[in-house]
Amino acid sequence: MAANLYKNQSENIIKTWALMSVFFVLVIFLGLFASHYFGNPSIFYIAIAISLLMNVFSYWNSASLVLKISGAKPALKEEYYDLYTLTENLSITAGLPMPKLYVIKESVPNAFATGRNKEHGVVAVTTGLLEILEKNELEGVIAHELAHIGNRDILLQTVVVVLVGLVTMLGDFFLRATFFGGGNRDNKAGGYLLIIGIILMILSPIIATIIQLMISRKREFLADSTGALITRYPEGLASALEKISGFSSGKKMEKANHATAHMFFASPFGDHGKKHKSFMNKLFATHPPTEQRIAKLRGQRVE
Amino acid sequence: MILLYILLGFVVVAGAWVAASYNGFIRLRTRAEEAWSDIDVQLKRRYDLIPNLIDTVKGYMNHERETLESVTKARTAAMGAGTVADQAASENMLTDALKSLFAVSESYPDLKANENFLELQRELTDTENKIQASRRFYNTNVRDLNIKIESFPSNIIAGIFNFVKREFFELAEDEQAAKDPVKVSF
Repeated sequence: MAANLYKNQSENIIKTWALMSVFFVLVIFLGLFASHYFGNPSIFYIAIAISLLMNVFSYWNSASLVLKISGAKPALKEEYYDLYTLTENLSITAGLPMPKLYVIKESVPNAFATGRNKEHGVVAVTTGLLEILEKNELEGVIAHELAHIGNRDILLQTVVVVLVGLVTMLGDFFLRATFFGGGNRDNKAGGYLLIIGIILMILSPIIATIIQLMISRKREFLADSTGALITRYPEGLASALEKISGFSSGKKMEKANHATAHMFFASPFGDHGKKHKSFMNKLFATHPPTEQRIAKLRGQRVE
Repeated sequence: MILLYILLGFVVVAGAWVAASYNGFIRLRTRAEEAWSDIDVQLKRRYDLIPNLIDTVKGYMNHERETLESVTKARTAAMGAGTVADQAASENMLTDALKSLFAVSESYPDLKANENFLELQRELTDTENKIQASRRFYNTNVRDLNIKIESFPSNIIAGIFNFVKREFFELAEDEQAAKDPVKVSF
C-alpha cells in the first residue's frame, strides 16, 4: 500500500546524506590542500568562520528577505478562508505548527516555503495558483511546502550554501595567492602539485554548485513524497504539477530571481514544461523535470 | 583482566541501548497521547457548536423533531464514550446525524438565508475537517508506536517495561471516497 511512499522517503534521505558527505569530504580536502600548500592551517579556519557568519545571518533573516523580494502579503482567514483552513488542517495532519501564510499577486501559479525552523515556518502562494487549482490539488501543493518545513530543508539548504561559499572562497583565495605570489612556495609544493591544485581550485566551485543543485532536486522529490504521505493522495499533487507546468510553460514569474529559485514549488523561470533534455540544463536545474516528478508520484499511488 | 574489560564494555553498551530504546518508547507514547488530546480539542469544539446549531435551527424546523433529537442523542453518546473504538463509532454516528440535518435544511430556504446558520455550518464543516486531520496525525503516531512495540529487538524492552499498543481511530467511510472530488452537474 503506502510502503512505496515510505521507501521513497527514506531512500531520498539516504541520498541526501550521501551527497552531503561528498561535500564535506571535498571541503576537507580543499582545506587540507590549502593549509598544506601554505604551511598554515589557520587559513582554513578563518574561511570557515567568515562563511559561517555570513550565512547564519542570511539563514536567520531569509524568511523576511524572501517575502520582501517576492512582494508577499499576509493571507487573512476572512479573505482566504479555504486556503487558510486547508493549510491549518494539513499542518495538523503533519504535526507542524500552523505556518504564517502569505499570498503573492502574480498570475503565474507557484508557491514556496521558508522560515528558519518549523516554529517560524512561512508558506506563500501566488494568486495564479489559487485560481487554477482545485481544492485537492491545492492541498497537494501546500502539503509539499509543509514537507519542506518539516524536513528541515531550509536549514539543509543553508548548510549547503555555507559549504558552497566556503569552497568558492577557498578556491578564489588560493588562486589569487598563487598568482600574486603569497605563501611560502618552497614549502613542499612542487610544480605538478601546483597544477593539480590550480585545476582543483578552479573546478571545485563548479562541482560544489552542481552538488548543491543535486541536493536541491533530491529535496524536491523528498518533499513530493512526504507531501503525498500527508494528504494520502499523490494524484492531487501530480495533477497540480501537470496544470502548473501546462499553464506557465515559458512564462517567467515577474519577480523570478536566481537567489530564490530553489525555494519555489516549481521553477519560477517557466522552464519546467520544456523538454529540456540537454545534460547541462539538467545539471544546473534547481528542480527535477516535472514529468519525472509526476511519474514518481503516479508510480507510488496509495491504493 | 581483558575479559573483564570486554564484559564491562558489553554491559555499558547494553545499558545504553536499553536506555535509548526506553526513551524512544516514552517519546512515541507521549506523542500519541498528545495527538489524542489534539483530537479531543476538536471534538470538544464540535460538542460546543451543536447546541448553538440546534437553537438556531429549532425555530425553522418544526417538523424535523426526530432529526434534531438524533443529533442531540449522538452528541450525548459521543461525549460519554470511553475507549478509542467507542469514541470513533459514536463520532461517526454524530457526523452522520449532522449530515442528515444539513441535508434536511436544504428544503428550508429561510434557514438557508440565516447568517447565523451559515456561519455555524461553515464552522462545523471546518471542525469536521480538523477532526479528520488530527485523527490522521494520531494514527500516524500510533502506527509508529505499534511498529516499535512489535518489531525486534525493541519488543523485548516493550515487554519488560510493559508498553502496550494503542488503538487506531478509525473512520467509518472509505477514506478514498472522501478524498475524491464530488462531480456536480447541473
